[in-house]
Amino acid sequence: MARGLTKKQKKTRNRILVALAIFFALEVAEVGFEAFDALPNGLWFEFAAFLVPYLIAGYDVLKKAWHGIVHHQPFDENLLMSIATIGAFALVFFPEAEPHMAEGAAVMLFYQVGELFESYAVGKTRRSIADMMDIAPDYANVMHDGELVEVDPSEVAVGSEIVVKPGERVPLDGVVISGMSQLDTSALTGESVPQVVEEGVTVVSGCVNMTGLITVRTSKPYGESTVQRILELVENASEKKARTENFITRFARYYTPIVVILALVIAIISPLFFGSTWSASVKSALVFLVVSCPCALVISVPLSFFAGIGAASRVGILVKGSSYLETLGAADTIAFDKTGTLTKGTFNVVAVHADEEIDPDLLLSYAAYAEAFSYHPIALSVRESYSGVIDQSKIDHVEERSGQGVYATVDSHQVLVGNDKLMLAEDVPYHDCEIVGTILHVALDGKYIGHIVIADVVKEDAAQAISDLHAAGIKKTVMLTGDKREVADAVAKRIGIDEVRAQLLPQGKVSCVEDLLAEEREGGKLAFVGDGINDAPVLMRADIGIAMGAMGSDAAIEAADIVLMDDKPGNIALAMRIARKTMRIVWQNIVFAIGVKIVIMILALPFIGIATMWLAVFGDVGVAIIAILNSMRCLRVPK
Amino acid sequence: MRKVYKLDGDICANCAAKIQAKIEDLPGVNKVSVNAMTYKFTLDAEDATFSDSLKKSLKYFEDIEPDCEVLV
Repeated sequence: MARGLTKKQKKTRNRILVALAIFFALEVAEVGFEAFDALPNGLWFEFAAFLVPYLIAGYDVLKKAWHGIVHHQPFDENLLMSIATIGAFALVFFPEAEPHMAEGAAVMLFYQVGELFESYAVGKTRRSIADMMDIAPDYANVMHDGELVEVDPSEVAVGSEIVVKPGERVPLDGVVISGMSQLDTSALTGESVPQVVEEGVTVVSGCVNMTGLITVRTSKPYGESTVQRILELVENASEKKARTENFITRFARYYTPIVVILALVIAIISPLFFGSTWSASVKSALVFLVVSCPCALVISVPLSFFAGIGAASRVGILVKGSSYLETLGAADTIAFDKTGTLTKGTFNVVAVHADEEIDPDLLLSYAAYAEAFSYHPIALSVRESYSGVIDQSKIDHVEERSGQGVYATVDSHQVLVGNDKLMLAEDVPYHDCEIVGTILHVALDGKYIGHIVIADVVKEDAAQAISDLHAAGIKKTVMLTGDKREVADAVAKRIGIDEVRAQLLPQGKVSCVEDLLAEEREGGKLAFVGDGINDAPVLMRADIGIAMGAMGSDAAIEAADIVLMDDKPGNIALAMRIARKTMRIVWQNIVFAIGVKIVIMILALPFIGIATMWLAVFGDVGVAIIAILNSMRCLRVPK
Repeated sequence: MRKVYKLDGDICANCAAKIQAKIEDLPGVNKVSVNAMTYKFTLDAEDATFSDSLKKSLKYFEDIEPDCEVLV
């Protein structure tokens, strides 16, 4: 544990060690040799002797307690510890009481040991989060008078050309103007497959260039680049505090004074009215003071949230505040936008159905030839799925029939490619398909030869994501889409969505979300997942808005509460698991800390009187350390 | 004007919250955050009274958590 200690911590450690050595020497002298009993006025010698390790270990606590009183900020843990330990020493003035000097010194000592541990654990957690966020580039290579110069990324103007060598971090967002390489985006997205970049491809800052040298024209100043925005987001995340976090702060504000008053009441009232001895009641009052410190909670709860947010950012999930982590953890309904969220948002040929004697490849090739000159997205997807090369000399006479399709002469065959309207217009008998999607009928020389089905493709891990979400405790999944009902139903059925709201206009999505909000059960929250393109109002309206695939999209980062850098639906389930785990740990700490403290307080009551000062110190720093160690578990991303 | 300062030394979330609440009540302060996790103190205050707000804020730091130093 010596490694990673700050200078201040080392100083405290050395002081504690010296005090401990003196303390144990005195203990041995007292218990082993009964040295003090042999002396005249032994009790006072003992008193003075134990003051030495006490002051060495705890003088700063006493100083801070005094500082607090002087500056009208009493009721902090320093004051509590001071009163409790001074009280233990003061028991020497009660003739009938057992002296507690050793205990007073020990309590201070172990309090300090605990504090040191605490400070170390908190520092370690904070550092590991800082390491995670170490994605900021240090410099940018700029061409200056024919030479490459390293400059501060914040000094690079928009539109400058920068060179990124293999092994370097992309310092600013921009577009590749020359070179080819692979980028490691894992620090931003958690995705381990590298991104292939070449001329014309947009690159985002924070990625690591792996293989080749690339030249990039910057498109954003440093302050607005992705890496800077991510860092700001995560750092400011602790400002939007979770309800639990605020509750703890408020709790601490009332709890400490209440316990101090209780301690006073016990010390004074119980001997007067309930006949317990003064020493017993003072002792229980002191135990009360020691366990009353709320630091187990005020440190561990924000730390858990901070660690949870840090862990999420590690896998490309940016949470804008601990309150959103809390809300996501409580979500039981998730509404999804379809296009771009659950589906890829691009059209692809999903089936080629050729009528008997026709080869499907031949059918596809005729369609590709006929669509060779069209820029319609459907034409593009047909050409894309055709593996052969299109020999344009074989095509003559192409006629686009608006809203219907295309007529072309290919290899001196008449080819018709289009929807049912085209077939009807050309009087070609056709048949429909059982697959839902856009159907492209193909006729060759006036004879129907089959059709091609084009549809938006469902993302590979969409179905898995939905079942993971159900497993994580989501009760209802809803899909909102502007698409036709059949298309929407087909997608929903394939990936296991519970409810579909189809044929919605953009504003219809907002009212849908409002309906869902109205239906909400007690305590359940509604999350909405969109791709951030034209669903910003919905993202804002839901209890929690999650934007996907946000690498570089400002609007999404602005409107959403949680931003997934990647566009994989699987990350929603992952975010959910992180949120649930964080909340579980937060509540474990709250219940554990308050529970242990209450039990110790009950045991300390004068007429029970089992709890010792040792137990009280455990109830304070021991509980705090256990809670902090528990919080550190939030750093690990659940599988 | 908005400025971010680093904090040096331990500060617990409780003290941070106390200090933040105190500074929030200062006149001319628009937004303030004392972040015990990132060790950052962000002060957003009116330009004219900024240095005054900062001075008062530092006083609160000194009063409530003398162990924590604001690196101005």
